[in-house]
Amino acid sequence: MPKIKSINEFVIRFANVNGTGSASANLMFAKSLFRMGIPVSPRNIFPSNIQGMPTWYEVRVSEKGYLGRRGGGADIVVAMNSQSLPQDMRNVLPGGYFLYDSTKPLDPQLQRKDVNIIGIPISEICLREYEDPRQRQLFKNVIYVGALAALLNIEFDVLKSMVADQFKGKEKLIIPNIYALELGHQAASIQYDCPLDISVKRINSTHNHIMIDGNTATGLGAVYGGATVVGWYPITPSTSVVENFMKYSQRLRIDPATGKKNYAAVQAEDELAAIGIAIGAAWNGARAFTATSGPGISLMTEFLGLAYFAEVPIVLINVQRAGPSTGMPTRTQQSDILACAYASHGDTKHVLLFPSSPKECFDMTAEAFDLAERLQTPVILMSDLELGMNDHMSDELNWDDSRRYDRGKVLKAKQLDKLEEFGRYLDVDNDGICYRTYPGAHPEIGAFFTRGTSRDRYAIYSEQGDVYVDNVDRLNRKFKTASQLIPAPEITITGKTNKAGLIYYGTTSAAIQETLDILEAKGLQVDTLRIRAFPFSEEVEAFIDAHEQLFVIEQNRDGQLRTLLVNELEIHPKKLIKVLHYDGLPITARFISTQVSEHLQDSSSKPSTKTVESR
Amino acid sequence: MSYQKSTFRHPKLALNDLGLTQQAYEGPLSTLCAGCGHDSIGGAIIQACHELSLPPHRIAKLSGIGCSSKAPTYFLNKAHGFNSVHGRMPSIATGANMANRDLVYVGMSGDGDSAAIGLGQFAHVVRRRLNMLYIVANNGVYGLTKGQTSATSDRGSKSKGGEENLLEGFDLATMALQLGATFVARSFSGDREQLIPLLKAALSHQGFAFIDIISPCVTFNNHGGSTKSYDYVRDHVQTASVTDFIPVKEEIISACPVGKTCRDICLHDGSIIRLQNVGESYNPENRQEAITAIEQCKAEGEILTGLLYLDHKAEDLHKVLETTSKPLNTLAESALCPGNDVLSVINDSFR
Repeated sequence: MPKIKSINEFVIRFANVNGTGSASANLMFAKSLFRMGIPVSPRNIFPSNIQGMPTWYEVRVSEKGYLGRRGGGADIVVAMNSQSLPQDMRNVLPGGYFLYDSTKPLDPQLQRKDVNIIGIPISEICLREYEDPRQRQLFKNVIYVGALAALLNIEFDVLKSMVADQFKGKEKLIIPNIYALELGHQAASIQYDCPLDISVKRINSTHNHIMIDGNTATGLGAVYGGATVVGWYPITPSTSVVENFMKYSQRLRIDPATGKKNYAAVQAEDELAAIGIAIGAAWNGARAFTATSGPGISLMTEFLGLAYFAEVPIVLINVQRAGPSTGMPTRTQQSDILACAYASHGDTKHVLLFPSSPKECFDMTAEAFDLAERLQTPVILMSDLELGMNDHMSDELNWDDSRRYDRGKVLKAKQLDKLEEFGRYLDVDNDGICYRTYPGAHPEIGAFFTRGTSRDRYAIYSEQGDVYVDNVDRLNRKFKTASQLIPAPEITITGKTNKAGLIYYGTTSAAIQETLDILEAKGLQVDTLRIRAFPFSEEVEAFIDAHEQLFVIEQNRDGQLRTLLVNELEIHPKKLIKVLHYDGLPITARFISTQVSEHLQDSSSKPSTKTVESR
Repeated sequence: MSYQKSTFRHPKLALNDLGLTQQAYEGPLSTLCAGCGHDSIGGAIIQACHELSLPPHRIAKLSGIGCSSKAPTYFLNKAHGFNSVHGRMPSIATGANMANRDLVYVGMSGDGDSAAIGLGQFAHVVRRRLNMLYIVANNGVYGLTKGQTSATSDRGSKSKGGEENLLEGFDLATMALQLGATFVARSFSGDREQLIPLLKAALSHQGFAFIDIISPCVTFNNHGGSTKSYDYVRDHVQTASVTDFIPVKEEIISACPVGKTCRDICLHDGSIIRLQNVGESYNPENRQEAITAIEQCKAEGEILTGLLYLDHKAEDLHKVLETTSKPLNTLAESALCPGNDVLSVINDSFR
């Protein structure tokens, strides 16, 4: 029997039934490794369902710090769902381990000669130890974590501290949970030679890091960025952005004198109203945002056009999922790039930000409010399900207390008093950005009609061609100004060759270091460009100009960012090779490196895109 | 603009408490059709705001799309306005009100804007109890697109081309009552005497105030066979109660006219709505009775106008959401940003 041997470098996959409380036990497992200093990246692969359907939780453990999805099968499968046993058995790599509940014997047809079977009678233990059916179910999860602690050599004290933290405030639950961990630990130790050939060992690679999901970080970014009004409508995978904004605001945004809220969260009847609320509030001088996904973006496009044309500064959080239409609501993609860049009818363009980590979700969300108000236009944060809903090892969040919000060009009563003439759309500074006033600011000067119709520099309705052109050309100037204010791209130059470069953005980042290492091992060196915002800055153009061949790596079918690059920078399409992954699971280094190396090694005979088995 | 409004006014125009003449509440010359009911509504709003001594710049005018939604351009020139997208004024108003609770919000919509494309937003802004005055200038027709029948057009009403409307018409006042509006009235753009006190009462109401104003379209819906023409409406109006609005500072000196019964309702700010009951026992503080009265009139082919319902103890959305009394748009970093020390505690909760 072959056995995979590895310390701190493996993939473990938990197969559970949705709605059985497995998620918190699985997180406890992942976080205990994190607390042992080992980099981990957990991923919840869940159905659009509340209870009863199969759900998986995959944890990549990587001392090397490879936190993208590995792809391929799992080294260890914890099979706790009888419905998905055949599929889960197929998922084990040769020499890997299959842990199952041996209360019921494993179907001999499922057996594989190249897989090590570990049977722990979990249900039997629960039946013996617990009376309450709910407890029998819940503690099953804790028992397999206890068993894994023995099998993989997880420090038991770390697990105990995890339990203590998890049940802070519900102390009565701590001892029963630790007891359940001990039950599992004991059962595995008695039956098997522990630890297995796959195990973990304490290192020091998670110092100064936290484990947080992107949506929590985004919600916190909105709190720190000074958002006071949110209009929202629930939709997976964006819902927890607003839920977290409200959760932290309930704690951190209460007026100490009165106990009243220094924010307003309005649950709207649909996404149209959600963004309408944000626009109304932003027009009236509050920092306002909304969050949505997929279909919500489609519904918001008319209002995005209004906010662009009427120049109202809102922040829109888009946690992308697999489309089109309802698509795969619980799977990830980067497929709203074009829909957001050019959202709405007529000539429209929007500022996009591409976060790649929870830390960036936090930073960019806070920055989005500054940018929106500086530019008086919508700013869209392009997160995705992989980033938003999974826990990631991230740099700590921090805030510079000396930082002041940039509220943009707003004229207050005193400034209006000194003004000879006010024109809402006068480009006084020649940067395309005009001075606005808040409603109610001044009794005599500064009032104007905000509208989605064409108007002159004094906000008066106009259908004259030259007036219209003057206005939309100024909006273009403003977009040019935007390219100088948005986050700069991240560029790495190997210095060894100037031939090939990788262009990527968002959650693809997690797979890049591993990709570069694989390519390096094959003797291939490439430079990299991580795009962090749209419109594209001069650095993006310069990087493309400096390379002969560029691979644009994306998680969508149509190469949407590539289209945007071709269109906006007038790059010859042949120069930009598509590397596209779009099955709804996060992209892997294996996929990228295979595509890139095949192309680099034999570029003449290969088509520019190729389907590669990603799992 | 090719037409300029004359700025000449009578030198002895009455001043209000702010020392302003009515001129301070006007807007530029209207581009709506001559005789359009919507301009009468605008005129009534100007007079009501002036008489209430509302500072013009502390009013926000919000609208959607359509003739009705163009109308706010032509009144309250010193107020900010937002002409948004079709049927979505309610969400814009919601956000605006959340950002600054200290302004007076006047939403001007039409029957196409509120009863068709915006019916969902209309329903939800009522339910949300937003503190605003929501006016529907109701003419039963799409004016800007030249005369298509709207969703408030009565069944049996004939279009200009003689075609009969075969579908049921919505009654937005009844809907507003059912959806939880705390001030519901109906009026007629041709009846300033009724309209102005209603507007004043609605503007003073703390909560969602709805007025359905029948406002005939002189160009597309003012012919025989239409149930929204000037003549038809004049002939079929029933009044629930004659309303007088007495501001907070004024002593109630006028006695109830002989032979009438009067009922005074005190609003949250101390101002009083005085109702002279025309009908025997119309009770505007009973939602169910109001709905019944509207339906009864409708069954008789009549249109019930006046103050239909008022809950003077209403609470608005800010009260429900427990937001701070300071306008949210005035809060600075010190009230909004929890700072880095708090963030490090948050970091620790994610280890």
